[in-house]
Amino acid sequence: MNNNNTHISYLDYQGKHKGILGWLTSTDHKRIGILYLISLTIFLIVGIIFGLLMRLELLTPGKTIMDAQTYNSIFTLHGVIMIFLFVVPGLPAVFGNFFLPILIGAKDVAFPKWNLTSWYLYVIGGLLAILAILLPGGPSDTGWTFYIPYSVRTTTNVMFALFAAFILGFSSILTGLNFVTTVHRMRAPGMTWFKMPLSVWSFYATAWMQVLATPIVGITLLLVAIERFFKVGLFDPALGGDPVLYQHLFWIYSHPAVYIMILPAMGVVSEIIPVFARRTIFGYNFIAMSSIAIAFFGSLVWAHHMFTAGMSDTSQFIFSLLTMIVAVPSAIKVFNWVATLYKGSIDLQVPLLYVLAFIFQFTIGGLTGVMQGVLSIDIHVHDTSFVVAHFHYVMFGGTGFGFFAALHYWFPKMFGRMYNIKLAMRTFWGIFIGFNILYFPMFIMGWLGMPRRYYDYLPEYQIYHVISTLGSWILVPSVFLMFGYLVYFALKGKKVTEKNYWGGETLEWQIETPPIHENFEEIPIIKEKPYEYKSNDLVTQFSEAK
Amino acid sequence: MSSTEHIVSHLHRDDIASRMGMWLFLFTELLLFGGMFILYSVYRYNNPDAFHLAAKELDTIIGTFNTAILLTSSLTMALSIAAIQRNNKSLSIFFQLMTVVLALGFMINKYFEWGVKFHYGIYPGSEKLLSKPTGEILFYGLYYVMTGLHGLHVLIGIGLILLMTYYTAKDIITYDNYMKLESAGLYWHLVDIIWIFLFPLFYLIT
Repeated sequence: MNNNNTHISYLDYQGKHKGILGWLTSTDHKRIGILYLISLTIFLIVGIIFGLLMRLELLTPGKTIMDAQTYNSIFTLHGVIMIFLFVVPGLPAVFGNFFLPILIGAKDVAFPKWNLTSWYLYVIGGLLAILAILLPGGPSDTGWTFYIPYSVRTTTNVMFALFAAFILGFSSILTGLNFVTTVHRMRAPGMTWFKMPLSVWSFYATAWMQVLATPIVGITLLLVAIERFFKVGLFDPALGGDPVLYQHLFWIYSHPAVYIMILPAMGVVSEIIPVFARRTIFGYNFIAMSSIAIAFFGSLVWAHHMFTAGMSDTSQFIFSLLTMIVAVPSAIKVFNWVATLYKGSIDLQVPLLYVLAFIFQFTIGGLTGVMQGVLSIDIHVHDTSFVVAHFHYVMFGGTGFGFFAALHYWFPKMFGRMYNIKLAMRTFWGIFIGFNILYFPMFIMGWLGMPRRYYDYLPEYQIYHVISTLGSWILVPSVFLMFGYLVYFALKGKKVTEKNYWGGETLEWQIETPPIHENFEEIPIIKEKPYEYKSNDLVTQFSEAK
Repeated sequence: MSSTEHIVSHLHRDDIASRMGMWLFLFTELLLFGGMFILYSVYRYNNPDAFHLAAKELDTIIGTFNTAILLTSSLTMALSIAAIQRNNKSLSIFFQLMTVVLALGFMINKYFEWGVKFHYGIYPGSEKLLSKPTGEILFYGLYYVMTGLHGLHVLIGIGLILLMTYYTAKDIITYDNYMKLESAGLYWHLVDIIWIFLFPLFYLIT
C-alpha cells in the first residue's frame, strides 16, 4: 500500500486524512501551493471589486455612487488586500511553493510543517482584514501606508488592518526562510548554483528580502498599535516624536517589498521565454546576478518615497542616485529577454503572450519609475495619479501579468488538464487592452495635476476618468472570465498525461503529470545547465531545413 | 505505516537546515529590535541632555542584577545542551528548569522595577510624565516599549524552554537528536544579547 501511495498523483494521494481535511492538513508543498492559489484568488477578486467600485465612483466629479468616507475606506481596503494578500505572497506562495522544490530536484521544502503554518497565518491575516469591514467603527480609512498621525487619530478599525498586516508579515517571513534554507540544503546532486533555473534565483533573492525587510514593518506597525493604545508619543511631535521617522521605517520595508513583488515575476518570465523561443536563455549569469543586484540596491532606496516629506539635500541626492541604479539590473533583464527572443523559433502560445505584455508594460512602468527618481520631476508628480499609473504598470502590468503567465504555463502540469487555447488567447487580448485603457490615462491626468486618493476632481480631468473607467469595464470581466475558464478547465478540461507539455528543459517537465506525491521516483543527477535546447530534435530539424 | 514514515523522516533529518532556519529567524528578531534601536539612536541624537537626565533615574543596581541573572541563565541553558550531548537526561532537565527559574527571577525584578515607576506616576500618558520635557517623555516611551517587548520575548522563551523540558522528559529530545533544544537555546541567547544592548543604552550611558 505504501508503495502504491508514492506513485500516484498528489491530487489523489491519500494521507492520514481524506477529502478536504486531507488538503487542510497536508504538508505537501504542492497542495499548499494550491491552497494558496485558491485563497489568493478569492482575495484578488475581492480586491478587484473594490477597485472597480473606485473607478465607478470617479466616473463623474462629486458623488457618483458612494460618499467620501466610503471611498477612503475602499481605497484602503483595495490597497491592503492587493498588497498584503495578493501581490506580496503572490508568486512565491503559489508557484514558489509548488515548483521551487521540483525545479531544484527536491521532494519538499526544508520545513514542510512551517510551510503549512504560513498558509494558516495567511488565512487568519486575511480574515482579520475582512472582519474589519463588518465590525462597528467601519473599515480603516488610512490608505495601505498607515501614515501617522492620521492612523493614530482615526476612529475606524485600523487595529484590525494593522494586526492583519503584522500576521501576514509573519507568514511571509516563514515562506522566506523556508525557501532560503531549501535552496541552500536541498538541491539535487550536481545542481550547482549556476545550474539552477532562473526562477529559483529570483525566488531565492525574494526570500532573502522577505526575511530581512519584513521584521521592520512588523515592528513599525506594532508601534502604531502601541501608539493607539498607550499614547507613548514615539511619533507624536507634541511629545517629541517625529512622524517622518515613521515614514522612514515604513518604507525601509515597503520599498524592498515592491521588489519582493516583482522579482518572482521576472523569474517566471526568464523561465517561459526560452521554452517558447526554443533557445538557450541569453546571458544566464547576468540574469541570475541581476536578481541579487536588484534585491541589494532595492533595499537601499526607500526614501525616494519621501522626497517631499523633508530631507537633507545630500540624502535626496543619494537616494535619487541609488534609485536610478536599480534601473540598471532591471534593464539587463529586459535586454537579455529580448536577446533570447531574437532569432529564436518563437511559438506564440498564451504564456508567451502574457510575458510579452509583461515586458511591454514593465518597461513603461520601469521607465516612469526612473522619471520619479529624478528629484525635480518627482516634486511635480508626487501624490498624483501619475504615481498610481506607474505602480499599477509595474505591479499589475508586471507582477499580475507574470502571475497570469505562470498560471497558463504551469496549468497542465499542476492539474493534469488543459485549457482551451483559443478562449485563453481571446481573453488575453481583453485583459491587455482593458489594462492599458484603464491605466494609461492616469499618466496623463497625473502629469496634468490630478491628485491621487481624491474623491472629487475638477471637470477638466473628467475625460481621462471616463476613459479609465471604460477600461475597467473591459479589464474586469476579462479577468473574471479568465479565472472562470481556469476553474472550469482545471476540473473538466482535456486530460494531459504527457510529461513535457510545452517541451521545456527544466526538471518539472521531466516528471509525471500531475506530479506524484514525492515529485521524483529517484532524485535526479544534474549534469548540464537548464535551457540547453541544442539537443532538441525539433530545433535541429528546423535549422537543417533552412 | 506510521513507523515507516517515522524512519523516513528520521533519515531525512537535516540538522544543518534546522540550524540555518533558526539563524534566519534570529535575523528577523534582530531586525525587529533593529527598528527600535534606530528610533533610540535618532531620538538620543536629538535630545542628548534629556536622555542623560532621565537615564539617571533608572536603578542601575537592579539593572545590573538582572543582567547577571540573564547571563547566568544563558550559561545554564548551554549546560543543559552539554548535558544532553553526554546523554545525561536528568541533568539536562535540571539545567533547563534552572534557566526557567532564573528567567522568572528576571521577570519578577522587572515587575518591581516597573511597579516603582508606576507608583511614582511615570508611565506612558501619565500626567507627571507629560509635564516633563519631551526628550524625557521619549526616553521613558522607548524604555517601556523596548524593555516591554524584550520582556515579552523572555516570557515566550520561558514557554519554549518548558516545552523542551517536556520533550526531554518524553525522550523526543535525546543525545543524538537535540536540535530542538539547541534551537531553543539559540533563541534564549538572542533574548540575552538583546538585553546586553538594552542595559547599557538605558541604564549605563548617563
